[in-house]
Amino acid sequence: MNPRTTLAIIAGKAAGAASRRLGRGGGTAIAGVVALRIDPALVRRLAPQAGRGVVAITGTNGKTTTSLMLSHIADDAGARPLHNRSGSNMMRGIAATLAAEASVAGALEDARERLLILEIDEATLPEMARETKPSVVVFTNLFRDQLDRYGEVDTVARAWERALGELQAAPPTIVLNADDPAVAHLGREYAGRVVYYGIDDPGAAGDATEHASDYRTCLVCGGELTYTVTFYGHLGHWRCPSCGSHRPHPDVRAVEIESRGGGDTVAMRIDAPSLSLEVVLPMAGLYNTYNALSAAAAAVALGLPGAAVESALEGFSAAFGRQERFAIDGRDVHVLLGKNPAGLNQVLRTLAAQAGRKRLVFILNDGLADGRDISWIWDTDYELLQPQTDWPLAAGVRAEDMALRMKYAGYGDDVPVVRDVPAALRLALDEAPAGGTLFVIPTYTAMLEAREWLAKRAGQAHFWEEGA
Amino acid sequence: MSELALRVAHLYPRLMNVYGDRGNIMCLRHRCEARGIGFELAELGPGDTLDPTAHDLIFAGGAQDREQRNVADDLLATKAGALRDAVEAGVVVLAVCGAYQLFGKFYRDSTGVELPGARIFDVHTEHPGPSAKRLIGNIVVEWGGTTIVGFENHGGRTYLGSGTQPLARVRSGHGNNGADGYEGAVYRNAHGTYVHGSLLPKNPAFADHLIGLALRRRYGPDVVLATIDDRAEERAHAAALKLKP
Repeated sequence: MNPRTTLAIIAGKAAGAASRRLGRGGGTAIAGVVALRIDPALVRRLAPQAGRGVVAITGTNGKTTTSLMLSHIADDAGARPLHNRSGSNMMRGIAATLAAEASVAGALEDARERLLILEIDEATLPEMARETKPSVVVFTNLFRDQLDRYGEVDTVARAWERALGELQAAPPTIVLNADDPAVAHLGREYAGRVVYYGIDDPGAAGDATEHASDYRTCLVCGGELTYTVTFYGHLGHWRCPSCGSHRPHPDVRAVEIESRGGGDTVAMRIDAPSLSLEVVLPMAGLYNTYNALSAAAAAVALGLPGAAVESALEGFSAAFGRQERFAIDGRDVHVLLGKNPAGLNQVLRTLAAQAGRKRLVFILNDGLADGRDISWIWDTDYELLQPQTDWPLAAGVRAEDMALRMKYAGYGDDVPVVRDVPAALRLALDEAPAGGTLFVIPTYTAMLEAREWLAKRAGQAHFWEEGA
Repeated sequence: MSELALRVAHLYPRLMNVYGDRGNIMCLRHRCEARGIGFELAELGPGDTLDPTAHDLIFAGGAQDREQRNVADDLLATKAGALRDAVEAGVVVLAVCGAYQLFGKFYRDSTGVELPGARIFDVHTEHPGPSAKRLIGNIVVEWGGTTIVGFENHGGRTYLGSGTQPLARVRSGHGNNGADGYEGAVYRNAHGTYVHGSLLPKNPAFADHLIGLALRRRYGPDVVLATIDDRAEERAHAAALKLKP
């Protein structure tokens, strides 16, 4: 065994533990940085040991929830999933996940039964593909997010093509969202197996006037795309009138989608050549229907049994900060991550479909993991919730920009502005009546801050998460 | 005077809207409606022709490189001539980011290919190559005795020719090219800039400058814009002055 690898694993484990003990967030990030510094080849040595292979999940929205769902499916199917579940989706996070589960001799524990499920940052996919040689790669969607970091949406699309190019020698199965023209494009001339998934229920169509849509032109010829059905953003049944390219027929389809329980759950049927399942998903929102569908399609690609898909999805509870609830002093606090226009519009639409007046805290940060450019708030339809809102608050590093956007959305000239996240949450809780519900809608780093404070107040154990 | 109306044309609202450019239209509408001034919006996409006499203010925003190429072809084929006529007649133009580049003489992309522009501004833009850093970050510029604040994100570097004045001077950030300290361009009533954010909502003085130019051109020099409640706007502007570039 390479002594460097041993040292990297020991140091990685120790750094992670020490950082957690000191109560500094980001234990996984530090462990990974230390481990990779000592042995840059650590991931390449450990990942291939997973006997059931490596699944990579990437895309702008839904990768955390999808990978957690797939991990539960694998678990119910009797595999031993290993998942970078704290949302550490860059190389250091993957290194830390592997170091924590490896012996000091450099062997992955229970290697033969392991299925490695890796949530991957969009821009990290090429490097990650080289290092882990995944057998299945799942692409959720491609929306505008953090343009200041990635440059342009097309830069990400090109990075994905490059990543698949790197794997040409043994092309992995790719699992693609047929409804997203930018994602489906990856399958056009792909040499390996492609599994397409999509929503085949026109009744689930959204409001075509939504303002966040990032792929409007054909990737083949540049013509403007037309849609017979739009679900949200640029997701839908698309075709290009100029060159005739069109949405591929999905292999794994969601049909008969129906919102139940006042909008809290979604019933659907998932059809594939190998299975047909009736699933009641305990999560609201069409975006969660897509998450469940992409996890199911990944399960189909991996040959996991339908019974495991059904049981795991029906028993699913929300991923870290994505749709969580806290009970604090008799108030019900919901946290819903909203980090880019497409994702946030879905959150707003889902909330608007739920009955009842709302108390809202929008938290806008401009950290690197949020995107330093906050202009996306002008493409987000905050107007959707205004008619149902009793009490709004603008918070976060860019609270003043948030308040101005809320003024334009009709929330009034005097929306309270509180930059400090704990102070904002304290005020919102004080203002909420006993038995009342509060909706907290933060960007990514704001979600980490809000969640930590709320978990402490609610008396729950908390987790750390590194920057996305 | 009670029947004032601002007629706005938004060019390529679907293809050129990566950086919240819709906020600029929302701002123009709000600042007119709050004063009882009518607001008429025409959205012009690919294939639509531009009537140079039909609008008081013409706006276009930013796009990704790929979509910008598609727009460039259509712009030259269906709108550039009318746009030049409108500008010569004093129509107000606001071109942000990608549109600012397209309204110059030419854009030389990262592979050296030259795309002709609409020639509104005597400027040209060069992309120094795929390995060059994009100019990204918060930006503050000095304009008309006050400031304009926002965010910039562009790979191309824009250089002014002799026939065009800069819009503003960079206080912090990069501006046109990161070297000469200038930001944006002005020719007659046409304004080009890299500042988005959205640009107009938290720069109410600049927004009113454009609205005022457009209304005075149509209704005469006596048009006065009433004061409106700008507390939220001024707070956002003041906060942006303190951001790191």
